[in-house]
Amino acid sequence: MTSNQNILVKLNQAGFRLKDKWLVKGVSLQIEKGQIVTLIGPNGSGKSTTAKIALGIYKNIDGEVEKFTNKVGYVPQKISIDWTLPLRVRDFMVLIENLKDEDINEALSLTGVIQLKNKNLGDLSGGEFQRVLIARAISKKPDLLVLDEPVQGVDFTGEIALYKLIKKITDELNCGILLISHDLHTVMSATDHVVCLNGHVCCSGSPMDVAKNNEYKALFGEQASQILSRYEHRHDHIHTSEGEIKKN
Amino acid sequence: MLDDFFIRALIAGLGIAIVTGPLGCFVIWRRLSYFGDTLAHSALLGVTLAYTLEFNIAISVFIISSLIALILIQLQKKTNLPGDALLGLLAHSSLAVGLVVIGFLTFIRFDIMGLLFGDILAVTVDDLLIIWVGGPLILLVLKLIWKPLFASTVNYELAEAEGLNPDRAKAIFTILMAGIIAISIKMVGLLLITGMLIIPAAMARNISSSPQSMVIYSILGGLLSVILGLFTSLEFNTSSGPSIIAASLFLFILSLLNIKQSIKLKN
Repeated sequence: MTSNQNILVKLNQAGFRLKDKWLVKGVSLQIEKGQIVTLIGPNGSGKSTTAKIALGIYKNIDGEVEKFTNKVGYVPQKISIDWTLPLRVRDFMVLIENLKDEDINEALSLTGVIQLKNKNLGDLSGGEFQRVLIARAISKKPDLLVLDEPVQGVDFTGEIALYKLIKKITDELNCGILLISHDLHTVMSATDHVVCLNGHVCCSGSPMDVAKNNEYKALFGEQASQILSRYEHRHDHIHTSEGEIKKN
Repeated sequence: MLDDFFIRALIAGLGIAIVTGPLGCFVIWRRLSYFGDTLAHSALLGVTLAYTLEFNIAISVFIISSLIALILIQLQKKTNLPGDALLGLLAHSSLAVGLVVIGFLTFIRFDIMGLLFGDILAVTVDDLLIIWVGGPLILLVLKLIWKPLFASTVNYELAEAEGLNPDRAKAIFTILMAGIIAISIKMVGLLLITGMLIIPAAMARNISSSPQSMVIYSILGGLLSVILGLFTSLEFNTSSGPSIIAASLFLFILSLLNIKQSIKLKN
């Protein structure tokens, strides 16, 4: 099973249950070096949960998760930092790993926030903070990057630039990326493998395969599979509180 | 030189302030002031047990406080009561049990005031040894767990995801808290130890912009408080604990003035 040395993390029928409600169930996927795997799906479909399972944040999970690297960079979807802490951007950069000053500067320059290095973290705008989060995650040159809606709150031109950067980093570091994104256009153009979630895996494969898939069309609408730019979806099924799936 | 009770008290107090500085920063960052209070209250039980069994006070307090911390963690898992209710329950019941036990120990003359508020006359050469061996040990362990503890204080999931072990760091930190309470109880008294942890750190927060500078200012504030407090205690014959805490309050107020000034400068 571990014969392929390029595998960074592997989920086998993984699921997570909070009390009686399944947040996500039966997810199998693997991320290899140099590969971008994207999770898509409507709100509450278990994208962030799947990422947290892969990262080992959730402990009592169903199924299996195997992680073959400890060099991980994580950009969480939500981060609440307590402002009782006096914390500058430069302190935040070395939160988990000690870095050389050049490396800090390089990462901050790449994401376009070098001028904020000595600013207090609490004084940043949402988009600026997001850029700092990405800079921190890439600065340690990880084997595996987990990016949960990494460009939320970033301006339009910045969004494109950051996605380009993410793509460039994958190529340079040959790292694997698990990306969660709502932007289907980006997803389809840069991703190697797409997993479409809706509490379970609806469909997965290359972006073109997924776009042609009927379940995907049902979930995101016809338009999404044609132009892939408009985000729209209809639910073909609903979830009961026990996590069962009922067709409409 | 160590024959002089005041010199002994000074050396003890300075040793304590160096340790409470960084620990106090974490108490503020992690919002643990009531937790500190609970451990300190349970220390009375430790003291009475030490007297009953003719055992070293610091070690006895350390064991009892660790035990209370352990019970707290278990109660948090097993009951649906909110954390602050559990803290209150443990703090007051252990204080009450401690006082009841004292009532039974009629054969020993207790200086309750000294226990609650500290007594500089009570510091022996043995105490100095415990403070100056235990204190650096606490600091060393804190330095070792600094990374995971601080990272998980900022964001637990980030620390967990990127391979640090925040749960272990938290457990070790709890033991360090029991340790500082054990070594400082004679000097500061059990009602005021949390003040010694919080007030210099709060003062430091007002004037620092990075975690490192907050730790350094917190230590300096603690040292200054001890010196000021002990001289006041000597001069006016007041209890050592309240004198030190009052001195740290004085420094805290000064740090507020500093904030006002820097706001004026900005505008």
